[in-house]
Amino acid sequence: MTRPTAPGARNGAPGASGIDRPADRTALRPAVAAAVSTRRGVELALLGFAAAITTGALVLVEANQEQELTWALLYLGAAYMAILALAHLAVRKFAPYADPLVLPLAALLNGIGLVMIHRIDLARIARAASLGNDEPAQEALRQVGWTAIGIVFFVGMLWLVPDHRTLARYGYTAGFVGLILLALPAVLPASLSEVNGARIWIRLGPASIQPGEFAKILFVVFFASFLVVKRDLFTSAGKHFLGMTFPRPRDLGPLLAAWGVAMAVLVFEGDLGTSLMFFGIVLVMLYVATERISWVIIGLTIFAGGAFAAWTFVSRVQIRVSVWLDPFADYNGRGFQVSQGLFGLATGGMGGTGLGAGRPELVPFSSTDFIFTSLGEEIGLVGIAALLVIYCVLATRAMRSALAVRDTFGKLLAAGLGFAIAWQVFVVVGGVINLIPNTGITAPFVSYGGSSLVANYALVALVLRVSNAARQPSTEKRPGAPAPGQQAPLAPLAEASTEMVSRDQVRTPPHGGVRQEAGAAQPGHPEQAPRGRTRGE
Amino acid sequence: MNTPLRRVSLAVMVLILLLLGQATWIQVVKADEYRADPRNARVLLDEYSRQRGQISAGGEVLAQSVQSPDPGDRLRYQRQYTDGPLYAPVTGYYSQIYGAGGMERAMDPVLNGTDDRLFVRRISDAVTGRDPAGGNVVLSIDPRVQRAAYEAMTSRGYQGSVVAIRPQTGEIVAMVSTPSYDPNPLASHSGTTQQNAWNELSEDDPPTLTNRATSETYPPGSTFKIVTTAAALEAGAISPEAPVTAAPRITLPDSTTTLENYDGKPCGPGATVPFATAFAKSCNGPFAQLGAQIGADRLRAMATSLGFENPGLTVPMPVQASRLGDMADGASTAQSSIGQRDVRLTPLQNAQITATVANGGIPMTPSTVAQIQGQDLSTVESTEPDRLARAFSQSTADTLTQLMIGSENNGSGQGRIPGVQIASKTGTAEWGANPKTNPPHTWYDAFGPVPNPQIAVSVIVERGGNRGEEATGGSVASPIGRAVIAAALGSGS
Repeated sequence: MTRPTAPGARNGAPGASGIDRPADRTALRPAVAAAVSTRRGVELALLGFAAAITTGALVLVEANQEQELTWALLYLGAAYMAILALAHLAVRKFAPYADPLVLPLAALLNGIGLVMIHRIDLARIARAASLGNDEPAQEALRQVGWTAIGIVFFVGMLWLVPDHRTLARYGYTAGFVGLILLALPAVLPASLSEVNGARIWIRLGPASIQPGEFAKILFVVFFASFLVVKRDLFTSAGKHFLGMTFPRPRDLGPLLAAWGVAMAVLVFEGDLGTSLMFFGIVLVMLYVATERISWVIIGLTIFAGGAFAAWTFVSRVQIRVSVWLDPFADYNGRGFQVSQGLFGLATGGMGGTGLGAGRPELVPFSSTDFIFTSLGEEIGLVGIAALLVIYCVLATRAMRSALAVRDTFGKLLAAGLGFAIAWQVFVVVGGVINLIPNTGITAPFVSYGGSSLVANYALVALVLRVSNAARQPSTEKRPGAPAPGQQAPLAPLAEASTEMVSRDQVRTPPHGGVRQEAGAAQPGHPEQAPRGRTRGE
Repeated sequence: MNTPLRRVSLAVMVLILLLLGQATWIQVVKADEYRADPRNARVLLDEYSRQRGQISAGGEVLAQSVQSPDPGDRLRYQRQYTDGPLYAPVTGYYSQIYGAGGMERAMDPVLNGTDDRLFVRRISDAVTGRDPAGGNVVLSIDPRVQRAAYEAMTSRGYQGSVVAIRPQTGEIVAMVSTPSYDPNPLASHSGTTQQNAWNELSEDDPPTLTNRATSETYPPGSTFKIVTTAAALEAGAISPEAPVTAAPRITLPDSTTTLENYDGKPCGPGATVPFATAFAKSCNGPFAQLGAQIGADRLRAMATSLGFENPGLTVPMPVQASRLGDMADGASTAQSSIGQRDVRLTPLQNAQITATVANGGIPMTPSTVAQIQGQDLSTVESTEPDRLARAFSQSTADTLTQLMIGSENNGSGQGRIPGVQIASKTGTAEWGANPKTNPPHTWYDAFGPVPNPQIAVSVIVERGGNRGEEATGGSVASPIGRAVIAAALGSGS
């Protein structure tokens, strides 16, 4: 990691002194100008590291379960590595300047998830054998298949979306499709949509998908493009109260609509998780777009109202809350899953029982929603702390891309996607470790489940796309880059402190090429949105 | 819009920190509570998923864990006891609900594989932190002696205990408590079976779950005269030829209470008899006087060096401490000298006294465990004979042996082994609130063959066996003791 830049200059952290920054830059300019590293080599090395950790974990599981290292397992491992290699090559080709950390982090999470799913397979097979039942299908094999499909989506996304700003054109389409996907399970007959009380599935023969996972991305795209266009609406002056600027009541419409959708999902689909996810992401994107904390306060207020109403009227929510308050009160009934999860975590303790040496299968849904208790039991607090930090880095890398990229749409998109990852982790992990009521959604990349894996690989592809745009040297594909002299000419954008692009700059050529590509006068086009708002406006 | 982006990044970190905090709360602070929660099946399943080590003796497997015959059983291994009632006092039981007893409890770390001595340096164990497999415990119990003792007791319907010790090593070769129980139902994987068995066993009268050999203390009666004599010999206060009173009853020192011989008859035709005769006939008067003469301190010192007043003894099951009582005045010292008053000992303690005489005055640490083995039956640790401080001199031991031979030859001789000279002392101990009407406990302490003792044994038959008030150590307990010695010698050990 020998990036030729001062750390303080990277994010343009407010703490970095404005005096020494130019000095740094001047000093570093020649090196930067010579060549901007794509840092694909770093990515490859990190992918190899992720593969090594995954392989080591797999060997531990096999050793502890006293399984012989079979050829099938070797093929499984080889398939996983081949898929990673493919993803890496795709990044090299389609997004050469993308953040080198994002793909390895996702791959490592995916790998650890595969190992744990395989480990739970072994327990299920042993159980079936002892009962004389048929051997159950191996979820790990399917998950490898889903990983392959996920990478296809990943590559496809990088290939078909050469510039993230093209997505802005499809904002309303994305929102519409997302809404349909979200609503579909509620509309479909329960036989096709209901699993364990939540109507969040679409079952198509043997495969079943959770459309909510895809809707999550589509909504982020929609909100990013919507907010770019309508920011004025949200920032128009309202009343000043308690030192904050509150919006006019009539401008609350979109937020109330989002709230309505979230409540509808909760009431009609019984899906606490998706509802919480959706509303959280909307709120954060709104805040990022408007820079007004008042939106967050309004949002949290109506969320509290909605939550109270849900608690009052929706029995499923009441159950989840009472289990949360005391998981052991109804141990043999509703609290069983959470209690078992807590027992598993506690038995694992600080260091865990060792991979393959615990009993994660005692917890219902140990390979999907509750995979974090399985991991907590076998790799301990140390292990899940590491996983949580990986998620944290993944999310903050997306945030960093949002900081570095210059267009508003890109910022909102990357921020929305990054926050979506972190927020989903908080909701699912918080649920299973009883920090918040358990909601039943999957842990990104780790849980068994095709929809989640495929959607999250697509999500990561978008993050890479934005980060590529952020780091790409302006000479290569950015004809509209500021003229030399205005600023260090060849400094990659990611190296530069994030700057507000003023209205003037937008009017002058900036992204002409893209605009042509985007077609004329799209109402939702980000370039037309006012930008460059400064703090405190 | 970078300021809100940074704030959101910060919020993301706060969310992750909250998760870490809660995970720490569950996995560190509350971990012990949740781990030990009876509803958390993991610890139990873990214990039952590893093959618990076996308990064996003389090549026979007494307790072992086998694959549960029920394939749907969540607990993989089923504990099984061969000849349950015969060995129950030693093996104890292993129950999910009621915990473990006996050897199962005392040697649990070895049997479940967590004992440090079993730390097997296998790479996978070291890497994964997996618990090593359970080790085996090999007992010093000799199945032939154990069976002979158990059958001698049960065939007569006796309630009591037999303990046999190899004098030179302290190895316990037989430990019997009757009536006994079968530990198999307690190890059942069915909670109902366990509960029913436990409730039944707990209400047994006479009790069955108690290991009388180590957990019950009894008045030793005349067998305690060995201790009194040892103390007197060491003090130089007596010799076998010394004349002692032959009176049928004496008045206790410092009191008006009288103490009479067991049958109320004089010890001999004259006013005195040689001490050897008094020992052989177990006359009470001379021993009461002797005890009072040498004093409580000497008596206590001798008893203590023989193992009394030791609450920490384990074999490795914990052993109830044997006590002398206060012996505050001459009268109580005199009564204590004949094993009455407040003197209470375990059958194991009595066997230990006998074994010490057989071993020339040196008590050995008693133990039932001969070896600890790894899962692969390789020896991990062997119990080495452990000499304790000499309790009395070789000459005292020799004199005691001759006195005990006299006692043996004076007795009824039922079950005498041809060609084998046994040295013994009988005891008939009064107990309870109505000592004169209760059937007395009868004792028989013996070792043989002289001059090369291979085995020392102590037998107690509670409530005089089937002889009621007429019971004496000589008539009730001695045939059992001789049968045990015969079995031990016949086994060629």
